[in-house]
Amino acid sequence: MLLDVKGLKSGYGRIEALHGIDLSVNKGELVALVGANGAGKTTFLRALSGVQGVTAGTIRYAGEDITRASPQKRVTLGISQVPEGRQVFGPLTVEDNLRLGAFKRRGEDPAADLERMYGLFPILKKKRLDAAGTLSGGQQQMLAMGRALMAHPDLLLLDEPSMGLSPLLVGEIFNIVQMLKEQGVTILLVEQNAYAALAIADRGYVLETGTITLTGAGTDLLANDQVRAAYLGM
Amino acid sequence: MLGEFLQYLFSGLTSGAIYALVGLGFALIYNASHVINFAQGEFVMLGGMGTVFIAAAGVPLPLAGLLAVLLATVVGFALEKLAVEQTRNASVVTLIIITIGASIFVRGGAQVAFDKQFHTLPSFSGDTPINILGATITPQSLWVLGITVVIVLLLQYFFTRTLLGKAILATSHNPMAARLVGINVNAILLMSFGLSAALGAVAGILITPITSTNYEVGIMLGLKGFCAAILGGLGSGFGAIAGGVILGVAEALGAGYISSEYKDVIAFVIILAALFFMPSGLFGKRGTDRV
Repeated sequence: MLLDVKGLKSGYGRIEALHGIDLSVNKGELVALVGANGAGKTTFLRALSGVQGVTAGTIRYAGEDITRASPQKRVTLGISQVPEGRQVFGPLTVEDNLRLGAFKRRGEDPAADLERMYGLFPILKKKRLDAAGTLSGGQQQMLAMGRALMAHPDLLLLDEPSMGLSPLLVGEIFNIVQMLKEQGVTILLVEQNAYAALAIADRGYVLETGTITLTGAGTDLLANDQVRAAYLGM
Repeated sequence: MLGEFLQYLFSGLTSGAIYALVGLGFALIYNASHVINFAQGEFVMLGGMGTVFIAAAGVPLPLAGLLAVLLATVVGFALEKLAVEQTRNASVVTLIIITIGASIFVRGGAQVAFDKQFHTLPSFSGDTPINILGATITPQSLWVLGITVVIVLLLQYFFTRTLLGKAILATSHNPMAARLVGINVNAILLMSFGLSAALGAVAGILITPITSTNYEVGIMLGLKGFCAAILGGLGSGFGAIAGGVILGVAEALGAGYISSEYKDVIAFVIILAALFFMPSGLFGKRGTDRV
């Protein structure tokens, strides 16, 4: 088991946003975490990356307890996050954004990794010297993914990669997610777009107001009446 | 006529370079933490006073200068560690007030550790003035200008060519995303305070042979550097340099052609005008609030 979360609680001030989450991700798996706006999905991912405080519970990664580890330590261990809303470094160039993705591996020559990212996202090569803030939403999403991949993650945390994108671009982004999975990257995908996420996931979790209410294989969840009614509008 | 004008210009450029260095210190810390560090002037004082007293203890002058810069850097680190980092969740206004408190503390400490007298340092390479078109410039002014240019070029290289420099820019733009790529935001903040302190101390050493120093010089030099940073646009490195030079030259011309009594008034009229009519400065980003 690559990631094993037990009884995780977190919140903002006195308001608890996560009421004891149990979730695990096996090596090579693509796991989807779906839920409505405000369910706590982003809070959960931020807690996994160490940028959101944890009040109870444990996070184990590759057998090591990282509940209290610093964010930079987690990146070194192999956890990278593509944050909600892309969060690219707007004033810096596309290439600098990618280089900063490899910040924990500075000292190594990033040329080969940059070429790999430009192969994966050809549009970034064309725009490599443009300020990241001038890119379109879809291009920024690709840049944010490229930046996270520059760290050579074993576990990629994706927060709402489809948010605000046209259906065509959503398809493209999900194709890339699937391709990364085939290349052996373990992925935890957080989505409001439950249908698209569960369709490509090995397993899924449904998060409702801070509690996991359902879990199972992606296809089973897609067929589940409760999920269909609540998230798929069927 | 020309000689007179050049004379004022040289004197303005010299003090402008000092204001620029102090202003750059403001810009560095503002960029990294959005804090306006009103203790910036105290680093200038520590540079000058530190050099005077370390040299008086028998240390050769260049080494004394280096030690004084280190002393100021350590004080900069301490300010970040003990005051700013401990109160991370405080509002920016609270942090700014903390820096005012820290400046009073450092000034008081200097008064006790050093003394209340004025001190000066020998010029770095003699006092024989150089004649240029009927005006004269002292070798020390050339040192001030030369070292300022070198520092600006080094900073330019650091921020545009090194990954660490870009990590500081990234942290300034989006601290959350910076942490997610593994940048240690606390270390970046610490570095920015140390770097600002070192810049201030260098300015303090350079200016001491010209204007002399005492434990209170930081107040006025800090305010002038703040004016430079505001005039140029807070957070813009280039703006701080331009602001410093404009301020220094305006002051010198005003003092020369109007009255030297008005030297400081000119600086504050400029900053008021900038705040009223151009709050984001000459080269600052337009203030847009995210909703």
